[in-house]
Amino acid sequence: MIAPAKPDLVTVNIDGQEIAVPKGTNVIEAARLVNVDVPHYCYHPKLSVVGNCRMCLIEMGMPAVDPATKAPIMDPATGKQKINWIPRPQIGCGTNVSPGLHVKTISPMVKDAREGVMEFLLINHPLDCPICDQAGECKLQEQATGYGRGYSRFVEQKNVKPKRTQLGPRVTLDDERCILCSRCIRFSKEIAKDDVLGFVDRGSYSTLTCYPGKKLENNYSLNTVDICPVGALTSTDFRFKMRVWFLKQTNVIDTESSVGANTVVWSREGTIYRITPRRNDEVNDTWLADSARVLYKAVKAADRLAATETIEALVARAAALFKSTPGAIAIVGSARSTVEEQFFTRHLATALKASAHLVSRVGQGDKLLISADRNPNVRGALVTGLIKTLPAQQLTDLAAQIDAGKIKAVVAINEDLAAAGLTAAQLAKVSIVYLGAHANATSAAAKVVFPTLTVFEKSGTFVNQQFRIQKTLKAVPAAAGATDDLVVLAQLVAAAGGAALPAELGSLWKVIAAEVPALATMTFANLPETGLVLDATPYAALPFVEGETLHYKPAQPAVAAATA
Amino acid sequence: MAVITVERKPLTFLERTYLPQIAGGLKTTFKHLIAPKKTLEYPEQRPAIPVGYRGVPTLVKDPNGREKCVSCQLCEFVCPPKAIRITPGEIPADQADRAHVEKGPQAFDIDMLRCIYCGLCQEVCPEEAIFLQNQFSMSGYTRAEMVNHKDRLYELGGTLPDAHHKWDKKKTAEEHGNAH
Repeated sequence: MIAPAKPDLVTVNIDGQEIAVPKGTNVIEAARLVNVDVPHYCYHPKLSVVGNCRMCLIEMGMPAVDPATKAPIMDPATGKQKINWIPRPQIGCGTNVSPGLHVKTISPMVKDAREGVMEFLLINHPLDCPICDQAGECKLQEQATGYGRGYSRFVEQKNVKPKRTQLGPRVTLDDERCILCSRCIRFSKEIAKDDVLGFVDRGSYSTLTCYPGKKLENNYSLNTVDICPVGALTSTDFRFKMRVWFLKQTNVIDTESSVGANTVVWSREGTIYRITPRRNDEVNDTWLADSARVLYKAVKAADRLAATETIEALVARAAALFKSTPGAIAIVGSARSTVEEQFFTRHLATALKASAHLVSRVGQGDKLLISADRNPNVRGALVTGLIKTLPAQQLTDLAAQIDAGKIKAVVAINEDLAAAGLTAAQLAKVSIVYLGAHANATSAAAKVVFPTLTVFEKSGTFVNQQFRIQKTLKAVPAAAGATDDLVVLAQLVAAAGGAALPAELGSLWKVIAAEVPALATMTFANLPETGLVLDATPYAALPFVEGETLHYKPAQPAVAAATA
Repeated sequence: MAVITVERKPLTFLERTYLPQIAGGLKTTFKHLIAPKKTLEYPEQRPAIPVGYRGVPTLVKDPNGREKCVSCQLCEFVCPPKAIRITPGEIPADQADRAHVEKGPQAFDIDMLRCIYCGLCQEVCPEEAIFLQNQFSMSGYTRAEMVNHKDRLYELGGTLPDAHHKWDKKKTAEEHGNAH
């Protein structure tokens, strides 16, 4: 891995542009800072440098000094210090900057070198582009167009390698397309710590394979598909489903755990086809767990709820229910809801003079991108003031109150009460208003059911384990018969006699900023793509369950995470 | 603006009888009675279609009767009126003669109410699987009838000669293997 940048800066000259970059930066990254593209395949900013693809060849030189006196040698033609250019090209990824380094990325030698490398890479590359899933986002296609010769001199027979290998349950390998960059091998070894991939045979017979008897089946295997610069590693789930140029990209937050990994959702005409990671160096680097990539299947799940009545009729029924049970209402909010929904939940609790409960979900953290807390937004509930203490895994308090007859109605928002420990008898004892996207025991027992949206169908914010508030955007339109949670909650708050709240995010955030001190300076529109870290000191005493994950260290020793 | 006065010539005696003009007209009429016919008894008779004519887009099969389209969806992408809609699919491994192609269309629809016969789909096709052939007349009673599905497209397209045999060569190479 690239050593962390030290503050001391080094001035380098790239294609005539001077730039000061941190010591330890390599030429590819330095060139990126001056918007110069150095083509590469094997180099990846988050993996170790191997320098085996040879695509990033550049010309470099150092200012000339007299060997004896160390005095600069001047070039009489230009009046500047002479540059001693190395007569052979060097690789940009493996060359770290040094003071006064001069780099040429556009010279006849570099052009020749790139054309030569491209020609070698294309010799054994099959003409699979029409059937290849990588087409459209393929580095080989892009760089063959940008830096290649444009025609082939190869008349011999191309190499033959295995075409449809299943490396694991989620990854399909086409060895003919592989350009042996070894990114997948380095990822498995360095990031996933599951060293199962490797090359066998030599020369043009080199083949990527799994270690005999093993499979690429760790929960991060699909990252190898993302970083594969060609179409060698493809996702079995996405294979032959849709060409990437049709897909619309939307920035979404992963709701699988409190890590809040940044993702891109790829959809076409309201159908989601895949989820890939979005680079955020403070949260998930460029990685994403495999389990986070199948969450989109909930959108078109068979158990989606759809309304049979108008929202006004449902709200009227809920309002009547609220009136018939004054002072005996409990609210079960959700740590899977967005910050805005939790803000509305708090308002609903205030309007109904009800107590608000939350349900905690705890699993095993994997020390990478899945934390022990499987709720994406517990901290959002703390920030908005919905809860003061951390939620429990079971609603034992609520169960006792129901048994005692103190609670006669429950508003459940995105939470299955049966899964949170309430028995069927307890569910039958109370009148339930349920807001949720999918059918479950609670929706079956509920008196009023509001079908709402999955995270892919709405915009909002989540606060992750670092207290970083991050924005998620609506990727696909709402399913038929489902209403935005915010619209439902706003109407419920109004029906319960609370303040009129806008369900539209722009106006809503003005209200949130006015009421929540921690979010006073924020608006939804100006929240940066990489998120905004909120002040965590008011919550420092709370025993959060998360252990260490990528870019997160718990402030205090984590309590032993119960395996759920 | 200057006014130009055009002199109207007085008609001659013959012109006033109209006989030369009638004779001239009848000459043309009788000439066409004898001359070969220019019109066709459409639809029983069909016109000869010139080379390069852009008729209804069709899907063609290779000389071995196999589907050529690999559902790369480039035609769907390039189609200006968005008339083409493809559902890609995987060719199962048990189809011995086609499994190595891996990918083929599950569904292929061309909406002929949208099609503008521009021929870009034919131009963009990397597999030479879609051709605008000689069929020029499409009619139907409903909108649904005007959508050509995969079966209809192959029926219209038939088989065209193939100069490349790309996938056959690929299969031969696969069986031949590496010269280890």
